[in-house]
Amino acid sequence: MSDTNPAVTQATQVKKAAPKSDYKPADVSPQRRVQRSFAIRLWSIRHSRLLEWFYSRFADMFLLLHPLWKGLGYGRVETPIKFVEKRVKGFMFDCRMCGQCILSSTGMSCPMNCPKQLRNGPCGGVRANGNCEVEPDMPCVWVKAWEGSQNMEHGDKILTVQKPVDQSLRETSAWLRVTAQSAAAREAAVNANTGAPT
Amino acid sequence: MIGHQRDENPAGIHLPLDPLPGHSSRGRLERVLRRGEFAVTTELNPPDSADPEDVYNRAKIFDGWVDAINAVDASGANCHMSSVGICALLTRMGYAPIMQIACRDKNRIAIQGDVLGGAAMGVANMLCLTGDGVQAGDQPGAKPVFDLDSMSLLETCRIMRDNGKFLSGRKLTTPPQIFLGAAVNPFAPPFDFRPIHLGKKIAAGAQFVQTQYCFDVPMFRTFMQKARDLGHTEKVFILCGVGPLASAKTAKWIRSNVPGIHIPDSIIKRLEGAQDQKKEGKQLCTDIINEVKEIPGVSGIHVMAYRQEEYVAEIVDESGVLKGRQPWKREIRRDDQMVADRLDRILHDEITETQVDMVKTAH
Repeated sequence: MSDTNPAVTQATQVKKAAPKSDYKPADVSPQRRVQRSFAIRLWSIRHSRLLEWFYSRFADMFLLLHPLWKGLGYGRVETPIKFVEKRVKGFMFDCRMCGQCILSSTGMSCPMNCPKQLRNGPCGGVRANGNCEVEPDMPCVWVKAWEGSQNMEHGDKILTVQKPVDQSLRETSAWLRVTAQSAAAREAAVNANTGAPT
Repeated sequence: MIGHQRDENPAGIHLPLDPLPGHSSRGRLERVLRRGEFAVTTELNPPDSADPEDVYNRAKIFDGWVDAINAVDASGANCHMSSVGICALLTRMGYAPIMQIACRDKNRIAIQGDVLGGAAMGVANMLCLTGDGVQAGDQPGAKPVFDLDSMSLLETCRIMRDNGKFLSGRKLTTPPQIFLGAAVNPFAPPFDFRPIHLGKKIAAGAQFVQTQYCFDVPMFRTFMQKARDLGHTEKVFILCGVGPLASAKTAKWIRSNVPGIHIPDSIIKRLEGAQDQKKEGKQLCTDIINEVKEIPGVSGIHVMAYRQEEYVAEIVDESGVLKGRQPWKREIRRDDQMVADRLDRILHDEITETQVDMVKTAH
């Protein structure tokens, strides 16, 4: 099959087209994406401020719906919400469903798309043209994250040191987790206020 | 006190030093840096062999010229003797290794174990790195781990040291006493983010940083200016990475094959124009050292002379960065001599002791 139709991947094309002096990896990464563009992901980063504004409204709405989620059961709504979240975020940010979304701290550039999955900033291997060390045709996720965060209102969130990824949360809905957590925090605050005088 | 050098435990060279107030490790490198002396570190080219002599020989040429030796963790994703193994050998001989930990090959369980193991062997300095991608090395088919990143690795080590806990919260009986390092690359984009990124590393626990090869001094100067403005130089010791280039051809090869190294065209031109390119490369390195040592906030240099390790001593000597100070040097001690004499007798004298003979002589 492969001998009748030799696959010329984008990576190969880039490899051939690039000047001799450019860095060429010995091989491509396991995360190599073949023949695709990063247009939508880059659009999202360019419009990070709009998306930030939108997401804060969206999160508020989700929190308002907390009684509904609670009534139906967070466990039960997980599957349909995850279905939607995976597709929406997958389309917009090439989301990898790590389940602990930090897009608003990374300029709307999903750090899980970094071949090294760095969540705290770029590695030292970024090419002079701002592309990735591992995938020569992909703009560095963290170069873009820095650009995106510059546009955002709370762009300085990029300075917080992120904890290591909790792999056990993979393929779960970050939207519902955030909602449940902020609802719990709100309840705790209410309890503390009412509980304190008595 | 005969033969006892500064920063050496009189009871044995392989033993940790006495703890000093404000110091987080019991090693020499931290003492040198905190005393305000210009530190020199270097990198040991890890052998592709199982012979400990290879490590000792490669360390020996640095004797009396460097304050600490980096034990690299499969740099460039090429397989070599492990950094833990090299550290085990070096600490036995009294050297001060900087154990590099890369996130590429080990997950958090293995890394935390290695931190404890390393500290138990007497490793006082650990350098937390992300690591090159597997595609750069000789085994591109390997699975990249990258469970932690350099930042969360720093934080993990700091939590282990300061809180005496694993990442899970489980308590350690004896926390590791380590001086934590990180790497910075001021020569790769996004340039304006790099000094801020350094601040993030300091927040995560970095106490010293080693930079990528510096061939572009103006660029480094801009970086240092920003780092000073942000107040980083008061919180972290910055060691500038330098190294000799063997030839213009090597420089070009490095530029296009090793990720993250920036070599300006002017450097390559200078090398091409020279009669003896190797000598010029060494001279260039000395010149760069002389420039960077004057930049405020630079606490030392990290000399990476891959496959030109024999030049480290010359470069350090010619640049005069030590200002007459002599870093720790391995010397033969009285007890070493005694052991050697005894071994000599056992090896060369004809002693055939059987138990029967021993009984006879006892009567």
